[in-house]
Amino acid sequence: MLDKQGIAKRIAQELQDGWYVNLGIGIPTLIANYIPEGISVEFQSENGILGMGPFPFEGEEDADLINAGKQTITAMSGASIFDSATSFAMIRGQHIQLTVLGAMEVADNGDIANWKIPGRMVKGMGGAMDLVASADNIIVAMMHTNKRGKSKLLKNCTLPLTGVRCVKKIVTNLAVLDVTPDGFKLLERAPGVSVEDIKNATEGRLVIEGDIPEMKIA
Amino acid sequence: MNKVVSNAQEAIQGIESGMTLMLGGFGLCGIPENCIAALVDKGVTDLTCISNNAGVDDFGLGLLLQKRQIKKMISSYVGENDEFERQMLSGELEVDLIPQGSLAARCQAGGAGVPAFFTPAGYGTEVAEGKEVRYFNGKPHLLEHALTADFAIVKAWKGDRYGNLIFKGTARNFNPLMAMAGKITIVEVEELVEPGVLDPNFIHTPGIFIQRIFQGVDYEKRIEQRTVRQKV
Repeated sequence: MLDKQGIAKRIAQELQDGWYVNLGIGIPTLIANYIPEGISVEFQSENGILGMGPFPFEGEEDADLINAGKQTITAMSGASIFDSATSFAMIRGQHIQLTVLGAMEVADNGDIANWKIPGRMVKGMGGAMDLVASADNIIVAMMHTNKRGKSKLLKNCTLPLTGVRCVKKIVTNLAVLDVTPDGFKLLERAPGVSVEDIKNATEGRLVIEGDIPEMKIA
Repeated sequence: MNKVVSNAQEAIQGIESGMTLMLGGFGLCGIPENCIAALVDKGVTDLTCISNNAGVDDFGLGLLLQKRQIKKMISSYVGENDEFERQMLSGELEVDLIPQGSLAARCQAGGAGVPAFFTPAGYGTEVAEGKEVRYFNGKPHLLEHALTADFAIVKAWKGDRYGNLIFKGTARNFNPLMAMAGKITIVEVEELVEPGVLDPNFIHTPGIFIQRIFQGVDYEKRIEQRTVRQKV
């Protein structure tokens, strides 16, 4: 089974040289720590920076330089800064090659819910609806089950949707899965996790063909 | 041409209860601190505030929420403010949550004289309720309308008497878009300079969009999430 860092490491293997990438808050943010050697990617943060760098050294924080999670950041050499409309032109106009975000629920048709629990938690969608509606390549990074042990990979989302039929790939603590017309297609198992474990933790339609290899995590 | 006013109190003259305001900023980054404080002092109520976020409990727009001066918020993300969540869930505060990119585009459209546009964001979600859907290139899109405001209040790094503005870092965010969409746009700057000092090639917002400008004071620039790495 993977921890959050492991999920980030596995998703980092999907990065390709020259890509512009938008990372959501939470597990996705960790991916920036595991960029494979020999490739160069640029991170976009939707509040208005391309070429986002690591956190600043202590004492060098700048209140005027933050990411979409409101965390203090640095700008890489060659970074650019722009207004929110330009930022979402990059997103809506499909100039970003990969979007990674977290989710509360994903359905086996690619629907995603991650912004609201009616009557309990209403934080808003931020940029998530724009991202999922436009991105060609969306990976969801999340735990396979919620805190009460219930599957987050469902037949249908029960929470208000963020976007419809948009998720392409899911990386959880248990598995890597593609969203296909037939449901979640199991591609890889996490170390020490059996196909049976994944079946038990998946409520939505699960497609299992042949032997399912174990993930290779460095 | 001189758009300079002496301070925030003078800048917000004419703002009355019940008006619609746009306020720039992302989180607490690039918010018009001086004008927010002046609005709290002035005590205007029943405001509709268009702003990406709603501040935190004791800073930014949270200060206006504490005093119950806001009737309705139009935002994309409000997760950093417990008082906001309480007022919203109890029904005291009317809230219109809209996707961040649509919010930016709606402000820009309002300033640019585009009454409405189509965007894919929010299709198939609560956001789509009551909105016209049209297919372009085989994909569904929602009709979204432009936003304007009685007053737009923005914060810039440097500005001149004509209202030409330069923003710093990610404090730019919604400020240039909202600056275009106010019937009257007020800007507070960290540094007010004479015309000619700012290089015309590097102006982010041309002065035509600005009606009032003043030199702000005592910026706190609070950091919401102080994240650092250790030197090795």
